[in-house]
Amino acid sequence: MVEVVVFAVAAAACLVGAIGVVLSRNPVHAALMLVMTLFGIAVLFVAQQAHFIAAVQVIVYAGAIVVLFLFVIMLLGVDRATELSMGALPAQRWTAAAFGLGGAAVLIWLVAAVDRLFKGAKSLALETAGVTDAGAGSDPTDYVADVSALARSLFSDYVYAFELTSLLLIVAVIGTVILARRSGYGADGPRADQPGAGQYSGNASEAASTGTSSEAGQ
Amino acid sequence: MTGDPLFADGVDWGDIAVMGVKVVVAFAALLVATMFMIWFERKLISDMQHRIGPNVAGPWGLLQAFADGVKFFFKEDLRPANADPLVFRLAPYISAVTAFVAFAIVPVGGVFADEPGRQGTVTLFGKETILQVADPPVGILLLLAMSSVAVYGVMLAGWSSGSKYPLIGSVRASAQAISYEAALGMSVVAVVIVAGSLSTQSIVASQAGGVNTWLLLTTGIVPFLVFLISATAELNRPPFDLVEAEQELVGGFHTEYSSIRFALFFLAEFMNVITMSAIMVTLFFGGPAGPVFFGWTWLWPTVWFLAKVVAFLFMFVWFRATLPRLRYDQLMSLGWKVLIPVMLFWLMFLGLVQLSGVQGWNRIWVFVAAAIGFALGWALLAAALRAAKRNSVDDDAEALPTHTAGRS
Repeated sequence: MVEVVVFAVAAAACLVGAIGVVLSRNPVHAALMLVMTLFGIAVLFVAQQAHFIAAVQVIVYAGAIVVLFLFVIMLLGVDRATELSMGALPAQRWTAAAFGLGGAAVLIWLVAAVDRLFKGAKSLALETAGVTDAGAGSDPTDYVADVSALARSLFSDYVYAFELTSLLLIVAVIGTVILARRSGYGADGPRADQPGAGQYSGNASEAASTGTSSEAGQ
Repeated sequence: MTGDPLFADGVDWGDIAVMGVKVVVAFAALLVATMFMIWFERKLISDMQHRIGPNVAGPWGLLQAFADGVKFFFKEDLRPANADPLVFRLAPYISAVTAFVAFAIVPVGGVFADEPGRQGTVTLFGKETILQVADPPVGILLLLAMSSVAVYGVMLAGWSSGSKYPLIGSVRASAQAISYEAALGMSVVAVVIVAGSLSTQSIVASQAGGVNTWLLLTTGIVPFLVFLISATAELNRPPFDLVEAEQELVGGFHTEYSSIRFALFFLAEFMNVITMSAIMVTLFFGGPAGPVFFGWTWLWPTVWFLAKVVAFLFMFVWFRATLPRLRYDQLMSLGWKVLIPVMLFWLMFLGLVQLSGVQGWNRIWVFVAAAIGFALGWALLAAALRAAKRNSVDDDAEALPTHTAGRS
């Protein structure tokens, strides 16, 4: 009974948040709605006894990624309600509708497939952890097995995928730094025609602008 | 209780009653502790500056914080015309709620000893229970989750005020919080590696064997130092209080707040100081561990716990009274170029030591290998930093022809 109520509340929060992301005129409100969805998903993870995943969901997604979204929104100054209807691509609505329907079809197929795969079987996590008794999930000591099972599969079976993903992220970070780096200023800036006496005031504004860009990089 | 949050095995009203009592007691105790902390800080700072400090309200000014709180309730609640109404009201609650929730995982008492059945529990309503609000399986990760959610309070407060100084303050605050969260998280990982568990209850139980088993010593002192510095930065306490640097930003992110909403930010800030002190005691100083002398055995651990927490609170006030504020670039380079590399190295070192314990390797060779690795990593990092500095100097030289001419 309690589980059903928890699921209903969390799922409602997820859906309301997801709809809010799409419908909000204000990008900051949309980001906050996204946080609500992520929290709902974290609660659903807890309901499935996946505490570690729930904590990571909150720390990584709600705590880091959406904060970075907000950073970008605030620094770009698009943080007030904007009219988004103009500037649409030709046939954008129809393409979006087609993609939406396709996505929904894939989702339904996925749910059906997973349902067929797991009906009556033990959950995958318990199987990898070597826990034979599926009913022992409520014992807190099992949870340690959960974390170590996750770590073991991440660093043995999926180690190449894991390392390649980190490599991809590093490449992305370096690319961002190189793209965002100011190269060869002075050619078109006010610096070239300034007398030497003004160089320090020019320096101060320069330092201020680099400070902002380095914040954006983080 | 902790393993069955959904009551899959049936609803037990005893459990619910115990939980309710614990939540209410923790809530009230934190509020009182916050008032005490405000008084403590003001009194201590004034002692260090040869002033008298609050001395009118109550004996030794003890009721000063209470009087301030009452005054906050009766102030007018202003909202700037430019503010985003919903988010402006939401932000203080995010700050206050996360501050309360993070305290839930701190064990505040209970006798932890090697014999079974003495694992820090007391009996309440016929239920054996632990002296902490909750011991979730993710334990200490709840602290990290709450401190990353707390960023929203500050960030949204600054943005929704619709004013420049709060916005700058909040951008600074969130950049600082995100940067230092990485170092904070890694020092927590060091504790988790050595203690072998995420649960605060087990972390404390692993330190029950006397001072030499305290994680302060068994992790090497480095993780504690990193945790202390990054916790100070997370708390926006001096010398890392750039968020509300009065000389630059008026009041920082809460400039536009007044009345009880401002009080909520204030409350959250002081409550976070108490929570972080308690977490440091739990992670590195054995939590409620300490000798039991006479009388009620269950009371002594709580006394020891409170004594350790007050020692840390004193230290935070001491920091504020003595240390000057860092510059923003110094703050960032300390976080990214010192704390995170040091902590990365130390994590690998601790992992190596743990592995050598399992594999039975010679300790001396392990230390030699670690020293070589440290020297190599440090040399690489130093070379990279020097190259970066040289490049930026070259850029400056190109950009400032007069300066270059004068130098050459």
